[in-house]
Amino acid sequence: MINLVINGLPVAVEEGSTILEAAKYLGFPIPTLCHLEGLSNYGACRLCVVEIGEGPKARLVSSCTYQVEEGLKVRTASARVVKARKMVLELLLASCPQSKVIQDLASAHDVRQQRFRQEHEDCILCGLCIRMCEEQMMAKAIGFRNRGENRSIGTPFDMKSEECRLCGGCMYVCPACQLRCTYMEPEKAICGGCANLSPPCLEKSSFEDMMCYMDPCVACEIRKD
Amino acid sequence: MVIPAGTCGQASGANDLIAAAEKEILLCGLDKNIRVRVTGCHGFCEMEPSVLIEPDNTFYPQVKPDDIPRLIKAVLDGKILEDLLLVSEEGKKYYHQNDLPFYQTQVRSILAAHEKIDPLSIANYIENDGYSAIAEVLENGAPEAILAEVKNSNLRGRGGAGFPTGKKWEMLANQSNGSGKYLICNADEGDPGAYMDRSVLEGNPHSIIEGMLLGAYATGATAGVIYVRKEYPLAIKHLELALTQAAEYGLLGDDILGKGFSFNLSLAKGAGAFVCGEETALIRSIEGKMGEPRQRPPFPITKGLYRKPTAINNVETWANIPIIIRQGAKKFTGVGTRNNSGTKIFSLVGKIKNTGLVEVPMGITLKEIIYGIGGGPSAKAKIKAVQTGGPSGGCIPTARFDLAIDYDSLVDAGSIMGSGGMIVMDEHTCMVDVAKYFMAFLKDESCGKCFTCRKGTQRMYELLEDISQGKGTLKHLELLKELAEVVKDTTMCGLGQTASNPVLSTLRYFRDEYLAHIEKQQCPAGVCKALITYSINENCTGCGMCVSVCSEEAISGLRKQRYKIDSDKCIKCGTCKGVCKFEAIEVS
Repeated sequence: MINLVINGLPVAVEEGSTILEAAKYLGFPIPTLCHLEGLSNYGACRLCVVEIGEGPKARLVSSCTYQVEEGLKVRTASARVVKARKMVLELLLASCPQSKVIQDLASAHDVRQQRFRQEHEDCILCGLCIRMCEEQMMAKAIGFRNRGENRSIGTPFDMKSEECRLCGGCMYVCPACQLRCTYMEPEKAICGGCANLSPPCLEKSSFEDMMCYMDPCVACEIRKD
Repeated sequence: MVIPAGTCGQASGANDLIAAAEKEILLCGLDKNIRVRVTGCHGFCEMEPSVLIEPDNTFYPQVKPDDIPRLIKAVLDGKILEDLLLVSEEGKKYYHQNDLPFYQTQVRSILAAHEKIDPLSIANYIENDGYSAIAEVLENGAPEAILAEVKNSNLRGRGGAGFPTGKKWEMLANQSNGSGKYLICNADEGDPGAYMDRSVLEGNPHSIIEGMLLGAYATGATAGVIYVRKEYPLAIKHLELALTQAAEYGLLGDDILGKGFSFNLSLAKGAGAFVCGEETALIRSIEGKMGEPRQRPPFPITKGLYRKPTAINNVETWANIPIIIRQGAKKFTGVGTRNNSGTKIFSLVGKIKNTGLVEVPMGITLKEIIYGIGGGPSAKAKIKAVQTGGPSGGCIPTARFDLAIDYDSLVDAGSIMGSGGMIVMDEHTCMVDVAKYFMAFLKDESCGKCFTCRKGTQRMYELLEDISQGKGTLKHLELLKELAEVVKDTTMCGLGQTASNPVLSTLRYFRDEYLAHIEKQQCPAGVCKALITYSINENCTGCGMCVSVCSEEAISGLRKQRYKIDSDKCIKCGTCKGVCKFEAIEVS
């Protein structure tokens, strides 16, 4: 077991656990977007940053990827962490304003302004869908392409992948995508189109008929470019 | 007759010189009297294509192929062609290479070998004491002694972070040797304006191989990889040949020199992503995966290439190893300062008279490099700042040129050592534009994994662009600083953590320039196009030069009279200013 201190509280967790897991064990909330139990840790969204170390050596690390170390001192909500987290949310809000998840997170963290030029993107490149496809669905149908501002997610050469079984796992785990089918929880849907259709999407019997696979969506007519 | 023909030399015409010299020697039947040695870059790139005549090291700068026949005749007669020598501004002629101010304060423990060695010939390297260190070490058979020597030398990694090499090796040596350990040579040099590593790979590839052999023997590593970027074709060619030759000579592979020590070395070519210089991204790239950093710890020293213990060192670090072993740690620590021993190669470029590679002892001041070795500004304008450490570095203003250069002092000044790029900027360089340039580079070269690095660099670029177009407000400045600090704090790898440096250091030292853009809508350096206008003053003689080059037909007037620029048509390309001999074109 590894002993560490989180927000002043000592805790012992198994070797190889992450700070996020240890904090969860103690009940300290850390917001995440690119983390999902059952998938490997990636560290893309930077929302889960926490402060470790002391004095001039104190620094921020992503708690979902940083493994616990003996004697580690962690602060999950120090001023530095809160400032960074708010900026991350402001950046997210500036890029993906339509995402309900991001809107809610921003609101919960008291982000009251968005000072950047407004963009309308629908993907935050958190990579959850890629890990879902590879690790749970054993398909590896999609992946990251390019780097920097040209980075995107898709199938090789944007062609229909023979590995893809249209399982919908990628959509299911997406934390930000506005095209996500939210038939399970219509109150979380942004456009609500699925619920308002007649007959509503959520009552359709066959999985194939789910309109979220349709492009553009017949209900909200959001077109994927 | 030595002709440097690294990539820089070839670009300035060294190949024509070589062809001319070889042809002349053959035609005159002098192949018994004069030998041409084609080498890597010697450092003084500004004066290339140059010729060095041994044994007294007569230096001829910027030689033309037409001069070769009489040069060869002069060499035969033991004479010196006075008219081809380098002449100082005061009219002083420099005869020997060592007389040049460019070379005088340098301590060239690595670069000096480039003059003596034909990189295509292993025999040439061996003649110059090459592979003597590994041969002696294998004879005596004491790996601990090498480790101790490297530790005592206080050598710090030349890739930028300055981690003590001896300590790194000791950690690797202490790892269990269950299923092999790796050594990697990081030759993914990607900073704009920096080319130290390329020059060493091109000029002396065997020194890297010998360094890695010594490292392998000291740490128990079984295999090594040199990761070099595909943009360095000449370096790859020389390395590939060197690897083949070393294997033929029994210096690589199994049972090296018959002493039972084995080490395999291979070459991996990178596709040129800047982020692959980061060690975990580099490892993933060698493994055939996407070049993307991962969380450290675990550090590569415990889980590296193919999850085996791995030590990664920069080209220049490896090049230092045979020198340390040959001359001993004591002599090595005699150069430089206490915590920063040895020499460091910088690539001195920008608005400076003598551009090139300079190798100086650690602890030398910026002033000595820029005004002494570099010879001061190349134009009339005064030097304003120097940018060190590439895109991850920062700008240091002239007021701080007394700074003694080492890893720690540069960090204090808001920059980093980096791999050794040094870009000199004068009053015609706009600092907002510089920050914008580096941010444009970084937003393309960020791997894109960390949201704050990917989006943060894009947003910083956006804010800088607004400021450079005169659309900035004080709120832009506040937001820029806030964002830069968060990007520095919240990213995973070295690229992201230092990506804000160009912005933060220019904000720290050149805030007045930012304010001029915002409050007065002026670009003091006359660079930001949206904020400048071109006009013609009374110096104009009406020669018409500017009219003939203007692609937009924005200049009009009568011959022999003062011309006028139509600001509606002018696209501010600056071509007219470049051709005007009377300084009649003004930027305001």
